[in-house]
Amino acid sequence: MTQTRSLIDENGKRTDGRTGDQLREIKITVGVIKNADGSAFIEFGMNKIVAAVYGPREVHPKHMALPDRCVLRCRYHMTPFSTDTRKNPAPSRREVEISKVMREALEPSLMLEDYPRAAIDVYVEVLQADGGSRCAGITAASVALADAGINMRDIVSACAAGKVDDRIVLDINDTEDKEGDADMPVAYMPHLEQVTLLQLDGVLNEDQFNQCLDEAVKGCKMVYEVQRKALMQKYFGNETELKEEQ
Amino acid sequence: MSSSRRSTIIVEHLRKQQMWDSISKGKRLDGRTLDEIRPIEFEVGLIKKANGSARVKLGNSEVVAGVKVETGEPFEGLENKGALILSAEVLPTASPYIEPGPPDEETVELARVVDRGIRESEMLDLSKLALIPGEIVYVIFVDCSVINADGNLFDATSYAAVSALMNSKLPVFEIRDRKAVDTGEKQNPPLTTVPISITAVRIGESVILDPTAEEEACMDARITITTNSDQNFAAVQKGSTGAFTVEQLKRAAPTARIKGEEIRAKLRESTKAGK
Repeated sequence: MTQTRSLIDENGKRTDGRTGDQLREIKITVGVIKNADGSAFIEFGMNKIVAAVYGPREVHPKHMALPDRCVLRCRYHMTPFSTDTRKNPAPSRREVEISKVMREALEPSLMLEDYPRAAIDVYVEVLQADGGSRCAGITAASVALADAGINMRDIVSACAAGKVDDRIVLDINDTEDKEGDADMPVAYMPHLEQVTLLQLDGVLNEDQFNQCLDEAVKGCKMVYEVQRKALMQKYFGNETELKEEQ
Repeated sequence: MSSSRRSTIIVEHLRKQQMWDSISKGKRLDGRTLDEIRPIEFEVGLIKKANGSARVKLGNSEVVAGVKVETGEPFEGLENKGALILSAEVLPTASPYIEPGPPDEETVELARVVDRGIRESEMLDLSKLALIPGEIVYVIFVDCSVINADGNLFDATSYAAVSALMNSKLPVFEIRDRKAVDTGEKQNPPLTTVPISITAVRIGESVILDPTAEEEACMDARITITTNSDQNFAAVQKGSTGAFTVEQLKRAAPTARIKGEEIRAKLRESTKAGK
């Protein structure tokens, strides 16, 4: 990763005009896919991602069923038109890996033991990709799981932090991901205070590592507020404010 | 599509209980302490047909890695850099639970995590490996084959890939009529740092280093941290279906740094001896 230009200007503003501790604009809409048991559409900066949950339902093929718990299946997929150059629709190694880490990020939050011999399928489709699509995908998937009424211990909120121009900043965008020094996506369960996804690309020293982790967790808590509001909006609508007061 | 799976190795309840009891007293079933790494053996240069090779034994886990060098087109967006392509394969020789076939998601993750450690630490200065920028560059293949699997394949494979690269000699190519021609001479690869990965797993409330296959079958969560020679962190990957607290992660980071330095010294020593 070579630095070609300054990514933070003299006023501390980033390429998209944000300050270091600011998230991009997040909008979550719950229940956008009518056929699904649960769904969510997230706009996270330029990311546009739809997540749909089907299940608990019968497992096909049947031999995949587990006798004591539910099988969770996840697919992260990018549409061919979601990136600058057309992406081949066949699953890449990157998508296979993200599908796996996404499943592992969501699984600790679910009470899979409540649905033995069944399957829950989570489909995450990236319609438009910006930096941080795995975090946005996890965030949307967790909301969709809640919308599907799956028994959960907590919501999973995800957000990345990273190092740009030797500064730790929150919520890396596409340019910062490509030209910056480090990117650390984190998924976090805000009430259980547990990290369910942690990755790092790029070089950090120990102080920066700790600072980056703290910053990302802070971001996850902000993302959580948006998730909660979106779910409240769907289920309580105009009474949301009334419920919040109680 | 990624799917929850039963563990490949089924550990009996009694054995699991025994493991938990033992770990809570600070000792593991194979007699190691919680932060003890199994003995490591390195052998380099064993494959004469490769440009570089290494065989690493980490306890009973065993990996052979080979480096092959060709010329070709650069990757899109990285026109002025050589191409590094890392693959990993768990061979059917490695365990009774592995069948031949296309790589499953665990193997894809293995290859990508090992690749990330080498790429993000910038172990190879790829900018020195362009012949005609945008047209012809060095293409460096690092292929890793796991021949026996007994846990912690991430670290075993990573050490094998790194030692194979350190052991490698690149052919010197010359450009004649806009074509790359092998001059028959050899050069050292442009190495800048030695990335070392350290994997820890959480079993109950204890975090242990370098898990065996049996311990991996009982783990709640896994974390792999790669450090470079400056003892900075270059790559991290959390895995498995459990979670960590922020405190556990912050404790794992310095452990990876300190243990990584010990292994880096060993690896440097062994690759030197093999040259």
